[in-house]
Amino acid sequence: MNETISLVFIGIGVAFDFFGCLGLLRLPDVYNRLQAATKSVTLGTWSILFGIFIRYGFTGVGVKALLCIPLIYFAATVAAHALMRGSYIFGIKMWDKSVADDYKDEWRKK
Amino acid sequence: MTPLIDIFLYILVGLTFFCLFRIIRGPTIADRMVGIDIFGILVVGICALLVIITGRKFIIDIAITWAILSFIATLTLAKYLSGKKLNE
Repeated sequence: MNETISLVFIGIGVAFDFFGCLGLLRLPDVYNRLQAATKSVTLGTWSILFGIFIRYGFTGVGVKALLCIPLIYFAATVAAHALMRGSYIFGIKMWDKSVADDYKDEWRKK
Repeated sequence: MTPLIDIFLYILVGLTFFCLFRIIRGPTIADRMVGIDIFGILVVGICALLVIITGRKFIIDIAITWAILSFIATLTLAKYLSGKKLNE
């Protein structure tokens, strides 16, 4: 029973990873790629690790997988935000059909 | 049971080639860094699946270490992009 539930969670995680990487491959712009890939791949890896925890329970491996979940969660989001801010400051152009750039005024004030 | 996990592992290893394509063909330097970032997160999932397939339990330690190192590497690259020195 536990193995079946863990397989369901791992399958959901692999599906999220697949769509995130598809976004990384297909979207037109570095900002679009970053926001598509980071959210989906973080949630997918979260789900895979949670499947490991369900399969092994409160043993060494399960608790380590459970410890890895908040680590991935905060590390990936903070790293993505830093990367996006850095690439904006570096001066990488947006896609020419983008409609909103709220950070431009904020950046000009400084 | 086990062949399904093998198929999941093959899918994840195939997804790393998507990231590799983005690292090689990225039009700008930021695209390559995005590829490196996503690659680091995917490897954590691959390590987690390898625990089930091989049955060796130390591989989850490799996953935790890889997560931390990938985080530090991405922060360093972002600092480099925004034009600051590393001690600012």
